[in-house]
Amino acid sequence: MNELLRRILFLPPQASTVAAEIDGLHYFVIIVTMLGAVAVTLVGGYFLIRYRRRFGRIVGTHRKPPSPIPFWTEVMVVVGLFGIFITWWVIGFRQYMRLRVAPEGALEIYVTGKQWMWKFAYPEGANSISTLYVPAGRPVKLILASRDVIHSFFVPDFRVKQDAVPGRLTTMWFEAKEPGRHDIYCTEYCGVSHSTMRGEVVVLSPADYERWLRGAAPEQQLAGQVAERPAIVGRYSPAEPISMVRQGEIAASQLGCLRCHSLDGSQHLGPTWAGMYGSTVPLAQGGTVFVDEAYITESIMDPMAKLHAGFQPIMPSYFGSMRPAESAAIVELIKSLRDVRPPPGGGLPGGIVITPNGTIEQVPEVKP
Amino acid sequence: MDPRGVGATHPDYMRAESGVRSWLLTKDHKRIALMFYGAVITFLMLGGIFALILRTELLTPETTIIDPMTYNQMFTLHGVTMVWLFLIPSIPAVFGNFVLPLMLGAKDLAFPRINLASFYVYVASAIIILTAMVLGGADTGWTFYVPYSSTSPTAVTWMGIGIFVNGVSSIMTALNFVVTTHTLRAQGLRWHRLPLFVWAIYGTSIIILFATPVLGLSLLLVAADHGLGLGIFDPRYGGDPVLFQHLFWFYSHPAVYIMILPSFAVISEVVCTFSQRPPASYRAIAYSSLGIAFIGFFTWGHHMFVAGMSEWDAGVFGGLSMFVAIFSAIKVFTWVATLRGGSIAFSTPMLYFLWFLFLFVFGGMTGVAVATQSLDVHWHDGYFVVAHFHFIMVGGALTAFLAAAHYWFPKMFGKLYDERVGLLTSVAVFIGFVFTFLPQFLLGNAGMPRRYYSYPPHFQWLNVLSTGGAWLLGAGLILALINLVVALKWGRRAGPNPWGSRSFEWITSSPPSKHNFDVTPIIERTPYDYHLSEEDARARSRAS
Repeated sequence: MNELLRRILFLPPQASTVAAEIDGLHYFVIIVTMLGAVAVTLVGGYFLIRYRRRFGRIVGTHRKPPSPIPFWTEVMVVVGLFGIFITWWVIGFRQYMRLRVAPEGALEIYVTGKQWMWKFAYPEGANSISTLYVPAGRPVKLILASRDVIHSFFVPDFRVKQDAVPGRLTTMWFEAKEPGRHDIYCTEYCGVSHSTMRGEVVVLSPADYERWLRGAAPEQQLAGQVAERPAIVGRYSPAEPISMVRQGEIAASQLGCLRCHSLDGSQHLGPTWAGMYGSTVPLAQGGTVFVDEAYITESIMDPMAKLHAGFQPIMPSYFGSMRPAESAAIVELIKSLRDVRPPPGGGLPGGIVITPNGTIEQVPEVKP
Repeated sequence: MDPRGVGATHPDYMRAESGVRSWLLTKDHKRIALMFYGAVITFLMLGGIFALILRTELLTPETTIIDPMTYNQMFTLHGVTMVWLFLIPSIPAVFGNFVLPLMLGAKDLAFPRINLASFYVYVASAIIILTAMVLGGADTGWTFYVPYSSTSPTAVTWMGIGIFVNGVSSIMTALNFVVTTHTLRAQGLRWHRLPLFVWAIYGTSIIILFATPVLGLSLLLVAADHGLGLGIFDPRYGGDPVLFQHLFWFYSHPAVYIMILPSFAVISEVVCTFSQRPPASYRAIAYSSLGIAFIGFFTWGHHMFVAGMSEWDAGVFGGLSMFVAIFSAIKVFTWVATLRGGSIAFSTPMLYFLWFLFLFVFGGMTGVAVATQSLDVHWHDGYFVVAHFHFIMVGGALTAFLAAAHYWFPKMFGKLYDERVGLLTSVAVFIGFVFTFLPQFLLGNAGMPRRYYSYPPHFQWLNVLSTGGAWLLGAGLILALINLVVALKWGRRAGPNPWGSRSFEWITSSPPSKHNFDVTPIIERTPYDYHLSEEDARARSRAS
């Protein structure tokens, strides 16, 4: 019954300990609402037809005024309705208290929302971006903050959501039932890329979680729907070897790099990577720098050290949150794009591009 | 006794004077109402075009026709246009302006010049908002949440000024209605003889007077934060962004009732007239309007269950929200009970009433559902909420607006529209509406957040349904408009009282003369005395 109603109402899987209970109230509320609206409309429609007069011919009046509705009927209707609505409220409020108050001894993870990514910091010192790793069967308390505007952390499969408000800390908690993957959406409008501020929760078995904390990849292939996601994170030892450039693409999309940097030369929040390697770019602090492996790596770890002129200082540091293999793969990816010419006006404002033919071109200055 | 109605010895208000000046400088509430009518229909169509572009963009998961920034600016404009330029002024400024003085037996509103001024202030606000749109628009959504609104590079300040000016216009209209209702009632028209329309418009005006200044204040503070760095809302200067949400919803939740109470006003009149019955309980309908106006001020917090408010606050706000549903349910049951044993004309306004019943009850009860705290956590800022408020604000307010447009059409223009086309367009509007927004409830359940430019592919087919419904809804609305415009030119002449109503606006001729009545009426009955014959009713509502 639960499963049938869940599917009819398009509710996602019940992956947390509170989900089934909340869905129970959901079914009650929606069924009463739907029946109420249909019943009122049917009664109204029945009266419209039952007491219909031929249009245009107004029946002679002189009819007696209708007897007023008995007082006790009105009282009963109000009391009955009040009963239904207060029942919803009592159940809903109890569930809300359960949703809001984390159990003692929950694992605490710090979450920072930022245009347009989620960053996670674990008490043991590990970090991750856009992918939250949690153990199954253990309450997890998230402590949320925001670096810029209001974001909202939403995991539909867990039926939990909480705003991350700049200037204050908010909390939420959940307990995932079993290993799997679940979408994270940002539900508070936060700017131009609001709808790409997505991530995922990877629920690991407690043993895998411990291994993950120590830096190892999770062992087994995780359950859950992954077809929609751009790539797979955490599979560092795939069955078939894949090229380093491809690994770089996977890492760049998983770590959120491609939310700001493009691979095809189109203009975005950060400089495009097309044609960047081997070019000379102007710096915000003045002067220029030649883009090589050293500069790319420095920019990943300390983005403000040599900021590309014409771009906002908005990139977070990935120091400590990117594995060496990942930054290396991303450098390889950028190197592979050295021959991709950005379209005129796109890419590197004021920068110099050395084309494959060896000629040097100045990209026109773009107003920031 | 003149069967053409009181006032028929004078030329009607449209022909009383001629020339552009006689319209632009008129102090006649009926002409001002018509100017508002033209303006709100224009903005309804503009907002509708935005809606269709947005829905078309959402046909596919990624880019379909516009880029993300355009999308964000367009949903902001859609919201701002529909809320402030259409929904809030629509029924009060058009039909309230036109029929309220007629219903009171008055020659005009209490302050005719303020009435004209409110129209020009409204036009000015629209111009400022459209200027903001040309200057790059705003991409904040109609809620303007800080700190995004104070950091957005778009023309948010202009948009805020436009809405501030718009608020001035609605305060002027509301003030006029309140004073008119208190001071210009015809002799014998006691409070309990007032048409139910007047009660609901009176309640609406009270909300506008108390709530709108808070919106103006909040927008000024956002501007001060932005320009002077006062730090009231902006956390960079130690401000509190959630305070803005409290102030914003202190206005905007009552604003929902500013949009829906006038719909109740229309529906009450339509139901009584077309079923030839007095309301099953006059007091229940009249007082529940005031009840909603009052309790509407204590429910704003249910917009912030996940913003980090205390559990106790959330409990109180959730509980108080339930009361609004009680008052609304009393109205719904009373309307339906009124039909029983009536002599019902199955007409276009009544068909709109039937759609209103479904859309309003479902939309209203899903409102109670989203005020239920634990459920709201899942639904908040998702498509369920989008579907819910469109059911109330578009389903409820728009069907009532269309009912009013058809119901008072003979009164305003002295012509009859084609009933068959009216019924047909009404069905098209309803089907289009349901196809647009029912899938959005399911999208919300499935977890799709609102204001999403792109979405994961598994949400697609519901979005396709919704977009198809939107196009059908648009076509239905255009057809309804064409039907009325055609009737304006070629419609049959209507008598002074084609529906056989007992309500007071029908005792004068249709269309009314410039000063509404030849002599100030003396009212010796209620507006719903259907046990009296039309002659008797007329005799009891005119000077002897």
